[in-house]
Amino acid sequence: MNVDLSRRGFLKLAGAGAVAATSLGAMGFGEAEAAVMAYVRPNKLTATTETRNTCPYCSVACGVILYSKGDRTQGEVAELIHVEGDADHPTNRGTLCPKGSALKDFVRSETRLTEPKIRRPGSDRFEPITWEEALDRIARAMKDDRDANLVTVNDAGTPVNRWTTTGFLAASATTNETAWATFKVVRGIGIVGFDNQARV
Amino acid sequence: MTNSWTDIKNTDLVIVMGGNAAEAHPCGFKWVTEAKHHRGAKLIVVDPRFTRTASVADMYAPIRPGTDIAFLMGMIRWMIENDKVDWDYVKNFTNASFLVREDFGWQDGLFTGYDEGKRDYDKASWDYQFGEDGYALTDPTLQDPRCVWNMLKAHVDVYTPEFVENITGTPRDKFLKIAEMIGETSAADKTMTSMYALGWTQHSKGSQNIRGMAMLQLILGNIGVRGGGMNALRGHSNIQGLTDIGLMSNLLPGYLNMPTEKEPDWTTYMESRQFRPLMEGQTSYWQNYSKFMVSFMKSMWGDAATPETDWAYHYLPKLDVPAYDMLRMFELMHQGHVNIYFCQGFNPLLALSNRGKNTEALAKLKLLVVMDPLETETSRFWENHGIYNDVDPAAIQTEVIQLPSTCFAEDEGSLVNSGRWLQWHWPGATAPGQAQTDVWIMAQIFLRLRELYRTEGGVVPEPILNLTWDYADPNEPTAGELAREMNGRALTTLTDPNDPSKVLVEAGQQVLNFSQLKDDGSTMCGNWIYSGSWNENGNNMARRDNSDPDNTGTYQNWAWSWPMNRRILYNRASADLDGNPRDPSRPLIWWNGERWEGYDVPDIAVTAPPGQVMPFIMNPEGVSRLFSRGMMRDGPFPTHMEPFESPMQNVFNDRMRGNPVARVFESDVEQFATSEEFPFVGTSYRLTEHFHYWTKHNRVNAVMQPEFFVEISEELAAERGIARGGMVRVWSKRGSVQAKAVVTKRIKPLICGGKPVHVVGIPLHWGFTGAARKGFGPNTLTPFVGDANIETPEFKAFLVNIEPLAGEPIA
Amino acid sequence: MSTETASQPVTAVANPPTVPLAAGFDARDLVRISATTQQPTPERQLTPVAKLIDVSKCIGCKACQTACVEWNDTIPEIEENVGVYENPHDLTPDMFTLMRFTEYENEETNNLEWLIRKDGCMHCEDPGCLKACPAPGAIVQYSNGIVDFIHENCIGCGYCISGCPFDIPRLSQRDHTVYKCTLCSDRVAVGQGPACAKACPTQAIVFGTKDDMKAHAEERIADLKSRGYDNAGLYDPAGVGGTHVMYVLHHADKPSLYEGLPDDPVIAGTVEAWKGPTKTIGLAAIALAAVGSIVHNVMTRPNAVSVNDERQAGDIVDAAAPPDSTPPRRDQA
Repeated sequence: MNVDLSRRGFLKLAGAGAVAATSLGAMGFGEAEAAVMAYVRPNKLTATTETRNTCPYCSVACGVILYSKGDRTQGEVAELIHVEGDADHPTNRGTLCPKGSALKDFVRSETRLTEPKIRRPGSDRFEPITWEEALDRIARAMKDDRDANLVTVNDAGTPVNRWTTTGFLAASATTNETAWATFKVVRGIGIVGFDNQARV
Repeated sequence: MTNSWTDIKNTDLVIVMGGNAAEAHPCGFKWVTEAKHHRGAKLIVVDPRFTRTASVADMYAPIRPGTDIAFLMGMIRWMIENDKVDWDYVKNFTNASFLVREDFGWQDGLFTGYDEGKRDYDKASWDYQFGEDGYALTDPTLQDPRCVWNMLKAHVDVYTPEFVENITGTPRDKFLKIAEMIGETSAADKTMTSMYALGWTQHSKGSQNIRGMAMLQLILGNIGVRGGGMNALRGHSNIQGLTDIGLMSNLLPGYLNMPTEKEPDWTTYMESRQFRPLMEGQTSYWQNYSKFMVSFMKSMWGDAATPETDWAYHYLPKLDVPAYDMLRMFELMHQGHVNIYFCQGFNPLLALSNRGKNTEALAKLKLLVVMDPLETETSRFWENHGIYNDVDPAAIQTEVIQLPSTCFAEDEGSLVNSGRWLQWHWPGATAPGQAQTDVWIMAQIFLRLRELYRTEGGVVPEPILNLTWDYADPNEPTAGELAREMNGRALTTLTDPNDPSKVLVEAGQQVLNFSQLKDDGSTMCGNWIYSGSWNENGNNMARRDNSDPDNTGTYQNWAWSWPMNRRILYNRASADLDGNPRDPSRPLIWWNGERWEGYDVPDIAVTAPPGQVMPFIMNPEGVSRLFSRGMMRDGPFPTHMEPFESPMQNVFNDRMRGNPVARVFESDVEQFATSEEFPFVGTSYRLTEHFHYWTKHNRVNAVMQPEFFVEISEELAAERGIARGGMVRVWSKRGSVQAKAVVTKRIKPLICGGKPVHVVGIPLHWGFTGAARKGFGPNTLTPFVGDANIETPEFKAFLVNIEPLAGEPIA
Repeated sequence: MSTETASQPVTAVANPPTVPLAAGFDARDLVRISATTQQPTPERQLTPVAKLIDVSKCIGCKACQTACVEWNDTIPEIEENVGVYENPHDLTPDMFTLMRFTEYENEETNNLEWLIRKDGCMHCEDPGCLKACPAPGAIVQYSNGIVDFIHENCIGCGYCISGCPFDIPRLSQRDHTVYKCTLCSDRVAVGQGPACAKACPTQAIVFGTKDDMKAHAEERIADLKSRGYDNAGLYDPAGVGGTHVMYVLHHADKPSLYEGLPDDPVIAGTVEAWKGPTKTIGLAAIALAAVGSIVHNVMTRPNAVSVNDERQAGDIVDAAAPPDSTPPRRDQA
C-alpha cells in the first residue's frame, strides 16, 4: 500500500543551476526544495551538430535537421540523437509526419544491418562473411553467369548483348548519384531485368 | 507532378481521388489545408474508404475499387453537357480540333484493331488525318464529326449519372454535387488540382485512370496554371529520380528509351524518335533526341563512343520484349530462368503481387544479393517464421548474401521530390558497423567484374572494359563527381554556332544546361533533364534561398528542379493565345512584347511568339491530347474496364475480363478468381503511421500501429459474425492471411448493378522482421497482373473472402 | 562564461537552438506549488502561452504522438490492435498525448464525420491536479500557464489523476511517479514551442501567446462557419479557469462528441476543499513527511510516508473522484 519514497528517482540538481538566491528566499523555501521546483529539463540539443538532410520516406521530401553528438565534418564519430523538421524548408516548414518525426528510430533501429552475411544453400541461418569474400563471390558468380548466358546476337544476326539470367532491382530512396553509379554498372554489363520501386 | 507541393496553396478546389494524401503525404497535404484556410478552397475526396483525408474534406463520395474511369468519363460528359468547358483552352491548347481517321471506332468495349489472340491492338487507325504537307488536318470550328472533340463527346455519351452510379456505386446526388463543384473551375479564374497516387496506378488500367483526369483537367483549362495540374504524389523519396535516371528495363536516363532488337543500328533507332512537328511551326522538342542520346553514350563509354562505332550502340542491350520489368523477371525466375538477382533497398517479397509465387521464384535462384540498411523479408525469405513465412529452409538451395548499406543520414547526394525538385543533403551520422554506401558497393562489384574480364577475357567484354570510371577514387566515386557527370560537360571547346570566335564552354567545363548539348561527340551528359543541376555556377541542388517573391509558391532559388529549374510544367498554358495571364490574379508567365517572363522559367522558347508556338512543346502537335493516338496500348480514350477480379461483369462486353490488352502470364490465369468463389472486393493501402515495410523496424512507429488488421463495414461484420478486434481469416485464390478486424462506419456496402458490394480494406505494413508484431501484407492475396502500359500490379481491386478465425468469439 | 537568456516563445515554427542558453523561465515564475501553504508571488508575469488544436484541420496522423515520444525520450509499449485506430489504447506514463477517433453520423447533414481529437494535458488555469496533490512541489504552475510535474517530488499517490477533470495524468509502474504532457517546458524554456506543434503537418496544432491563439481560433471558426458548421467554436472551458491547451471544434455545442471531452469540466468540490484547512491541517503530516523525505534524499536516506497519512489522503481524493473514473491504483505503485 505504501508509497516507498526510497524507490523514487534521486534529485537531479544539475538542471537547476540558474535559480537566483533572492527568489529562493522570497518564496520561503529551502534551497534544495526550490531547486527541484525549478527543474525544467535542460535543452537536450545544446552543443549538438546540426546537419541539413531530406526525409527519405515519401516524395514530399521534407527538410530535416539531424542533431548529432560528434561532427563528421571534423572527422569525428557522429551519433544521431534527434531529428526535427527544418523550419527553413519551403515545403514542410519544420513540420514532419509520424514517420519523419521518428526518423531517428530508423537510423538507430535494432534491425539495422551492420556486417555482411551469407546464408548458404539449405541453411537455416545467416553467418558473417567479410566484405572481400562477399564481393569476390558476387563478382565471380556474375562473370560465370554472364559468360554462360549473355545473348550476343538474335536469330536475325543483330547484336543484342542481352543478359536476362541476372536481374537487378534498384532502390527507391537512394540518391540520384547512387542511382547513376548503379545505372552505369547494371546497364554497362548488359542486364535487362532492371527495375525500381516506381514499378510497384 | 506538373506543379509542386507549395503550389497547391494557389488552388480553389482539390480533388483527391486515387490517393490518400493526408495519410500518405501529410506534410504535402499541409498545402491543401493552407488553400482551404487562406483561399477558401474546397476539398473533394473520392475513395472506397472514408480516409483520414476524407475526415477534413468538404465533400466525400465512395466509389467501388477499380471503377474510376467510369466516374471520370461521367464527369467529362457532365462538363460537356452543362457547358462547363474552358473553350479558349480546349480550342487552342488541346487537339480537340484535330481530325481522326475515318476507320477509327469503338464498340463492345473495344477500339478498332483488337486481336484477341495477341491480346493487343493494331493501333494504325488511332491517328489523325494528315494533309499532303504531312501536317494533321483540323477543324477549328469543331463541327466536323471526326474531330477529336466530337469523337470524345460520342465516346463519353454512355456515361450518364445513372450509368456511373450503377457501375461505381457512387450515389448519384454526390456525383452530381461533385460535378457542380468541379464545373466551377472551368472559369479561367478558377482552378482545380488533382492529387493522386497508387490508388490510380495500381490497376490493370492505371494509366487510363490518370489520363481520364488529365483530360478532365484539360477541358477545364487547369493544366499549366498555378493551383492546377496533374499531381502524382509519388511514393518513395526518389522513385522520381530513379525513373528519371532510367533505372527501368526499357528506359535510359531522361526518358530516352532502350533500343529494341527491331532497331539493328543507330540510324534505325534514331529515325523513330526524332519526331517531326505535326503542325506547322511547333517546337516538338524531341527533335533534339540525338543530342541527348549521343551525350549519354559519351558519358557511358567515352572514347569508345564514336560515329564510327555508332556511338557504341551495341554496347547497349537490345530488348526483344517491351520490358523485362519486375513481374516478367519474377515470372522468368519462377520458370527457373534467372540465376542471380540483386535487391538494392527493395523488398519484393512484400512489395510484389502474389507472395506465394515470389517465394517459389526466389527459391529457384542460385544467388540472391540484398543490399539494405535494414533486415528485409526478402533477405530472409528462406527462414521459417511459422504462419508468417511457412517455408522449409533445408529445401531452399538459394545462396543469399546480405550487404549492409548506409541510409540517408549517413550519405550525401540529391533526391527528387514529386515536384521534380532535386534537393541535396549532407550526412550527419556515422554508419553503423561495417555498413557501406551503395556507391561503394556498386563500385566494388564493378571493379572486380572488370578485373575478371581483364584477366580472363570472356563474352563481349568491351562494354565492361570501356565503361568510363575515371573517378578520383575508383573505389568510391563521390556524390559530386557523379552529379557533375549527370549534368554533363564539354569534351572539346564549344563555340557559338553563329560566331565561332565566341567560346561558349571551354573543354572540360560543365555545360550550362541541355541547350548546349551536341550530337557530334563534343559533349557528354549522363542525364539531359538534369543538365543545369551542377554547372559552372556550382551545385544548384544545394541552393537554400527560400525567398518567394509575391508568394507565388514557386521558390525559384530553392534547390533546382528539372527541366531547367522549371517549377510548373506547361506554364505557357497559363497565358492566353496573346500571351496575357488567363487569370490576372494568378499570373505565372507572360509575353512582354519581346519575350516570355514571369515567376517561373518559361516552358517554351523565351522568344517564341504567342499565337504561333503552342504550349505543349514536347508533343509534335504543340498541343495537349484529348485523343492520345497510339501512345497507349489500351486505347486513345479511357474506357471503363473491370478489374481482372471483379464482382461485376463488364457492362460493355460480358466476355471481357480485366483490361483486354494487359499482359497475363499463363500460370497466373488459373489463379484469377470469380465472385462466386470470392464475393468481396479487397483493396490495399498504406496507413499514415507507417511507411511501407520500413517503419515497422522503428519502435515508435510500431507503437503507433502495432499490428496487422483489415477494415470492414459494420454490415459485413454482421453478415459474417465478425467482432471488432477479433481475429479474421481473409483469403483469395492465391493465399490466406490472419488479421485483427477493425469494424467501421467508414466503409459501407456499395450498390452496384443492384447488388451490394462489400469492400475489405487491407493495409500493407507488416511482415516478419522488425519491431512491430509479425503479420502479413496484402500481396499474399493480390493477383499477378499489371497495368497494360506500365505493368504496375493490380493491388487496388481484387477478390477475397473473409470469416472469423476459428476459436474466436462470435460477435 | 555567461550565456544568453532564451526569449519567450511566440510560435512553434522554429528550429531549436543548439547553443547554450539560460532558461527563459524558471522558479522565479512559479505561481502555484502543490501542497504548499505559502504560494509564490513572482516579480514578473510571463505572457500566457497556449497550444491551440484545430480539430477541423487535424488529419489524425499521430505525428504529435511520435514527436512527443521522440522529444521526451519515452518508450511506450508496442501493444496490440484491438479493433480501433487509437494506439496506444490510452494515455500512458510514456505516451503523453493520444489521437482519439470518433465515427459520428451527423443526422442533420446525413454525413459521416470522423472526429479526431488530440487528447492530453489541458494545462488548466485552475489545475485540479495541482490542487489535489499532497506532495509539496510535485506539481507546479508557471505564470505562462504551464502546469508541470516535478517527478523528484512526486510520491506516486495518484491523487492528481482523480483531481484532473480530463483524466490525463498516468502513474508509472516503473518509477511510481505520475506523468503527463509538460507542454514541452524544456522547449518553451529555450524559446520554442512544443514538439507536437512543431511537427503537426497541417498545423492543426499551433502554439503561441494565448491571445494570439484566440485570434487564430476566431479566424478558423469563421472559416468553419462558412462551410456550414454553425456551431463551430473555441473550447477554453471556464470551469477550470480556461486552459492553456484549447480546441477549435466544429461542434463546440457538443464537446462530448469528441471521445469524452467534458462538456463542462470543473474541479470536484472535495478537491477544491483541499485548498482550505483540510489540506493544511488534515494532511500536513503527509506534506511534512514528503518534504522531509526530499531533504533526506539529498542528505541522508529517504523516508516514507506513514500508512495512516496515506490512507487518510486517499479517502478524501477517492470521494472526490467522479463515479465513472478509476480510482488511483496504489497497489500498483
